[in-house]
Amino acid sequence: MTSDGPEPDAGPLQVRGTILTVRRIDAYHVMTVVAPGIAARFRPGQFVAVAVGGQDTSMLLRRCFSIHDVRPDHGGTVEFVFSVVGRGTQWLAERRPREALDLTGPLGRPFPVPRDPVSCLLVGGGYGSSPLFALADRLRERGCTVDFLLGAASGDKVFGALTARRTGRSATITTVDGSLGVRGIVTDVLGQVIHDARTDVIYACGPMPMLRQVTALARRYDIPVQVAVEESMACGIGVCMTCVLPVVGSDGITRMVRSCVDGPVFRGERVRWDDIGTIPLDAFGAPGWEQRRLRQPRPGGEHTAGRPGHGA
Amino acid sequence: MAPDLRTKLGQVELPNPILTASGCAGAGRELAQFIDVSKIGAVVTKSVMLAPRAGRPTPRMVETPSGMLNAIGLQGPGIDAFLQRDLPWLLSRGARAVVSIAGSTVEEFAELAARLSDAPGVTAIEVNISCPNVEHRGQVFACDVTDSGSVVAAVRARTRRDIPVFAKLSPDVTDIVSIARSCVTAGADGLSMINTLLGMAIDTETMRPVLAGLTGGLSGPAIRPIAVRCIWQVREALPGVPIIGMGGVLTGRDALELILAGASMVSVGTATFHDPSATVRILRELEEELARRGIDRLSDVVGLAHEMRPAGRAAGSVV
Repeated sequence: MTSDGPEPDAGPLQVRGTILTVRRIDAYHVMTVVAPGIAARFRPGQFVAVAVGGQDTSMLLRRCFSIHDVRPDHGGTVEFVFSVVGRGTQWLAERRPREALDLTGPLGRPFPVPRDPVSCLLVGGGYGSSPLFALADRLRERGCTVDFLLGAASGDKVFGALTARRTGRSATITTVDGSLGVRGIVTDVLGQVIHDARTDVIYACGPMPMLRQVTALARRYDIPVQVAVEESMACGIGVCMTCVLPVVGSDGITRMVRSCVDGPVFRGERVRWDDIGTIPLDAFGAPGWEQRRLRQPRPGGEHTAGRPGHGA
Repeated sequence: MAPDLRTKLGQVELPNPILTASGCAGAGRELAQFIDVSKIGAVVTKSVMLAPRAGRPTPRMVETPSGMLNAIGLQGPGIDAFLQRDLPWLLSRGARAVVSIAGSTVEEFAELAARLSDAPGVTAIEVNISCPNVEHRGQVFACDVTDSGSVVAAVRARTRRDIPVFAKLSPDVTDIVSIARSCVTAGADGLSMINTLLGMAIDTETMRPVLAGLTGGLSGPAIRPIAVRCIWQVREALPGVPIIGMGGVLTGRDALELILAGASMVSVGTATFHDPSATVRILRELEEELARRGIDRLSDVVGLAHEMRPAGRAAGSVV
């Protein structure tokens, strides 16, 4: 980023971008869009919200995707990875170069990077690995070492295996069907990888069950973990209140926070994984929450506060 | 010359008729990243309640054809935080604040009205009566003629005289005109319509209801014809009562349709999720639509369709 670029906390933009390329990579689609302002403001972990269906669309909710990469060419391009799961992503997959795309971004809180040159393990599930490569670049700029642990159901669904092998100090791949790397899931080998890499910090992005297990293991090894959650979002900018999940604040109080603006990156141990999809009885604003809090105060996340080398 | 877009929200004059819709713009702060919130007629806030509220479990939303269902459950920080943080912020940005209030008893609504009357800078109050009344077996206020009137009367009595009170009506009723009349008799300075319609979606793969709350409010262009019909009926019955129209407005043309039916202001809701700058775009488009038709003043077209019945149905031509 140049010194005359926007402030790091400059807000998101709504841009009518021009599609540069749409490529198939294994099981996924990768779209590159010319969107200069978004590219300049991007920090790893942030995402874009894309309008789908064109003029007079019947699909009103934006589709949110992690930004995979930004490049300076054409004034600034933004790249994201998606999987065709419905009509909206089908429409996106059918786009051609030079067509216009309305996108807002960069949205959400980025991954915090350590102050010190520590050993970082980046864990990705499926195409949840897509934001991890830009993060890896950023971490290496800071003098950190980067190890990758990527997993998916099959080899064609491990996004970025080659890049991970080329750029990581180590890269471990797991597949459920054994078609690439070790047969199994990432958490089967996480302990071994942490041990071998002498991991200081974990970053993870992927399906919620994976994030939950990675968090549990990280806690067992007493390693801080930053997770980028995949909650279903509608507006991406914090007004619709769709994408909430229960997260414990630094004051020990659980709040239903928006993953689009308060996340998508959270400290793993702050997320109440077992209570996702519910309103915990002691959550801020739950019926009778104050009385419950007085009766059984939660310890909150204080025991993990202020870890060295892990400032936001 | 640009058309004169000024309109009246009760006694208050607004520079233009385009507002946000309650629940689709928070308290304006997030949208201010994309639009100048002082440029639109007013920001209608997400409904404020007395106490903080966590809302419903997820999933809370699902996209439907030309619309969406939501079951958020009025998550919000409560009136104290609103008065301390959100209202001053809106005013500091030069925005006009229409504060939506929600409660589960008549007294809660009244207390909210009193709190807002004590705070400086509230442009108007919109009463979200589409809430379950805990004193009436959870029956929604807006679906009962007496309950609707009771809430409005209590709010009006506790609201400063110079703050207009608008009642937001639900279309999920047998006769919206009788509810509208009850609210106006109780002292409402105007009416907002329509709130969402109750809907439901089932995932045919998992064979389960999609929303954790089972049912949700349907909004978006899918419901616009219902909004036009409701506004039309109420305007026909109560021609002097100002109406904030809302329901699936995506373009300036859509806004004009609600205005022709009788709305003198238009709230933009679901469109904002699709396009965060929808309000200012719709305002510009509305201005163009009026200019293209050679209309000088917005007020000239409010309810105009009532004087322009379809040609084929003119008197004498009906077989």
